[in-house]
Formats: sequence, C-alpha cells, structure tokens
Amino acid sequence: MAFSREEQLICVIARMLEGQRNISVGTNSPIPAAAALLMERLTDGWARPLLLGSSRHYPANDGGVEFHDRAAQGRVDVFFLGGGQIDGEGNINLVGIGAYPKMKVRLPGSFGSAFLYLTVPRVILFREEHSARVLVPKVDFISAAGWSPPGVFRRGGPYALITSMAVFFYDKDRHRFRLDYVHAGNSVDDVRANTGFDFDLASPVRETPPPEPDRLALIRGEIAAELAHLYPKFAAEKLGYTAAAANV
Amino acid sequence: MPATAPMMSVEELAARIPDGAHLALSKDDSGTAIALIHAMIRGGVKNLHVVYVPVGGLMADLLIGAGCIATIECSGVSFGELGLAPRFRDAVQSGAIRIKDATCPAIYAAVQAGERGIPFTPIRGILGSDVLSYRDDWKVVDNPFAAGGGDPIVLVPAINPDITFFHARWGDRYGNVWVGKRRELATLAHAARETLVTVEDLYDGNLMTDETLVAGTISSLYISGVAHVPHGAKPLNLDGCYDIDRKHIRDYIREAQTVEGFAAYLDRTVFGNKVAA
Repeated sequence: MAFSREEQLICVIARMLEGQRNISVGTNSPIPAAAALLMERLTDGWARPLLLGSSRHYPANDGGVEFHDRAAQGRVDVFFLGGGQIDGEGNINLVGIGAYPKMKVRLPGSFGSAFLYLTVPRVILFREEHSARVLVPKVDFISAAGWSPPGVFRRGGPYALITSMAVFFYDKDRHRFRLDYVHAGNSVDDVRANTGFDFDLASPVRETPPPEPDRLALIRGEIAAELAHLYPKFAAEKLGYTAAAANV
Repeated sequence: MPATAPMMSVEELAARIPDGAHLALSKDDSGTAIALIHAMIRGGVKNLHVVYVPVGGLMADLLIGAGCIATIECSGVSFGELGLAPRFRDAVQSGAIRIKDATCPAIYAAVQAGERGIPFTPIRGILGSDVLSYRDDWKVVDNPFAAGGGDPIVLVPAINPDITFFHARWGDRYGNVWVGKRRELATLAHAARETLVTVEDLYDGNLMTDETLVAGTISSLYISGVAHVPHGAKPLNLDGCYDIDRKHIRDYIREAQTVEGFAAYLDRTVFGNKVAA
C-alpha cells in the first residue's frame, strides 16, 4: 500500500510509544500528536495523550503549570522536542543561529525544553529536515542539554532522533547517536552526507519498516478526524481529511 | 452584600498602564485581551517590561511592532503551526528590544512564588542550558536537604508584576470574574499588584456565591478594573464562545513581514482607518 512520508513518520513514532502511558506533545507537532492519538486508539484509552494547545486532548485543568508540575514529579512518560539545531551529543537549540542575543536568525525560544529534557524519562527528538544545517557538530545555543554530569538530577533525556531520512537511537553512556534505520529510498551514505555530526552505526543498519496497513487505515480515518480539531491544515493537506476544513 | 464595582471602558483600562510598567501576561490562549492591547497601542504606551507567562504570540508581536516594549522575558514567541512571529524576530535580531530568555516552568514557578509572597523558588531541570548561563538573576545552590550534600538545583526570583490583564468569559456587578480552568490567570492575579480584565459577558448574580462557578472565579479583591468588551479576544479564541481565526493570523504573519506591512495592519485593525482599495 502506498504511503506518504508523514504517514511513515507517524508509524515510526508510534512504535516508540508501545507500553508508554502518559504521552505528552508540545505545540506545533502534528506528526507526534497523530502518533499519540493512534496509541490511545490502539490501547483503548490506556495510553493518555496530552496535546499542549488543545482543549479537547488536554486531561488537566489546573492551569498551565499543572503539566510542568506533573513532569517534575515524573508523571509524564514521554515528550517530544525538536530543534533549529541538534548536535551529536543530543544538545538542542530552539533559540537561534549565531551569537546570542542579537542572533543572525532568531527562533521562537526554548519553551519548556530546558526543564522537560531532564525531568521526562523518554524524550523523542523529532525534526523532519535532515540536513547538515540542522544536525550540527555543536549547537550555537544550548536550549536543553543532551546529557548531564554525575550528581545532577536527571530522570531522562534523549531516547531517539527521528528525521525524514532516518532513525537514530541515543547512547546515554557515550552521549552519541547510533544510526539504526534509514527510510526507504535513502542510504547510509545519504545520511552521512546530510549529517553534520559524527555518529555510530548499528550492525546492521536496517531499512525502516513500512506503516502497518491497519494503522495506516486508522491514521487516514479516525485519527485524521481527531487531529483536525487542533491541526486542521495538516489533517487536510497531509492526511486527506476534508471535512471541517473551513477554519484552516 | 458586597459593594458593586463600576465598569470602565477599555480605554480607561489602557490608561491605567503607565509607561515603563512591569507587566506579566498569560499566553495567547483562551482569554487574551486583544481589544485592550489595541487600546494600549492607540494610547502610545512605551518602555514596557513584559513577562509572557510563559510564551507570547499575537499580543507580544503587536506590542513589539508598535514600539511599546523595551524588555521582554519569555520562553518563546510564535504562532505555533501558523508561523513565526515577524515583529518579535526582527526586534530581537536588530537589538531593538532586550530579551531575557527563560523556560516555561521557571516562569510559572516564579509567578507562583510571587503569589506566595516568598522571594524565590527552586526548580528542577535547566542545569546545562544556556538559558541559565545568560540569566544572571537565576542562581544554582546545592539542595540543603540532600543527604551527603550535592544535588545542585536552580533558584529563580519571584515575579510580582505591577499589572496583569486578560479577557474573561464572565464578570459580575461586584467585580468578580470567571476564568474557569485557566487557573494560571488566577495565579497571575494573585501575584500582580493590579489586575485589569475585559469580559465577554456580564453575569447576572454573584460568581463568588455560585457553587458551580466559584472555583473558576477570581475574587474582586484582586481586580482593579473591568470593562465589558464582547469579542474582546478576537481574532484569537475564547473557549466556549469562538475559535481562533486562523486566516486572520496567517494574513497577519504575511503582512507583518515588513515594517510597512505591519503599519498598514495597525492602521486598519487597531486605528480603524479606512484604506483605499
């Protein structure tokens, strides 16, 4: 069955959410949000997505602080972060390119990353653009650190890095990424040519499995309809969901 | 029976915000006082120090573009999936405003410390981030309760702004306002020295004595001015009343890419001038 890049990425993320219960997703993240909603559906509601910015998928009512307080206690199992830059040690930069503060390119800001990267056990890095511009040897500004020295309270950190080309897993002891999967149509050499940092290779590096047909059907149906409440444009343009497309 | 509180106009609320005021404002979510932002821009307020709790969007970009803000403290300014905030981006890149970068839970924690009347609060995480390196007002100490010492932890100073303001669903004649699940608005009102509110609808009764509404109500004790402004959050959303106008925001982002485009947007939308086609 033919599938799009977005559908592939939703399924890649969903496989990393098996057995995870409190799955939280930040703003501007339609693909991770779709994966979280898919897992809720597949587990009959055992998995609990919390989508920041949604009023429909937000099981919290004690103000914006409640989500962060949950994370501080260890009640958030999974979170997603991206980055204008991500480096080989798992540091992420959401603030800008160039010298701080008058940066050449100013990005929105660090949001909750500096806190959530240390308090959430499993953080999945997701950035569609796979280029040497994004995946750099060293970030210009550390919004959130990929690892911490001994003695620093840290519950979690980077688990994996998913891009439009590949899937890396993070080695917490060596502070390095390991290439495990390349998506169909890409080679290890392609990944190397588009990655600015050095990384390890799994043996063997495999091709990313295609979406499971039953999950693909759900994504195009129920999940797209649910996602459209928060991401109408994405649901319409990427998942072909056309109902209720008035306010995109 | 409590005394009734007089209603003000949105222009009167704006006039209570002096040049150089220290504001703390909630994120662009249900309950953003866009009509009051417009009135502030018309009034020409200057040199504001604004803390966004914890992030900014349209109201940050409008105040920055209109030259009202000298210093901004926030964890981010953007329009999410709709796009980047053009006036914020240009102002930071050119150095036109000073920025104090933060991270969301640190701002919430600092406002909670303000609410509790304590000078600072500890918070987990953040260690190793350059957000911390550039904040000379944040400190790191060893947890004094840790057995055997060590366990570094970040301390952030309390935030007690001069003023906060927002748009609420209901206000009653006694000056109480209902914000429902937007509990951070109550936290902000408790921490701020003054709270100004625009309300969508008037509530016929006393919100503080209605058992189903009181938990989502902020007492008039904290509130120094209320204006009745239907559609006061538009083009943003007010949950239960209206959704965000995504087309308006997309058009704004496109138009505000240039200083001239932004000026034309203000002229039309804020100053209400008719523009020849």
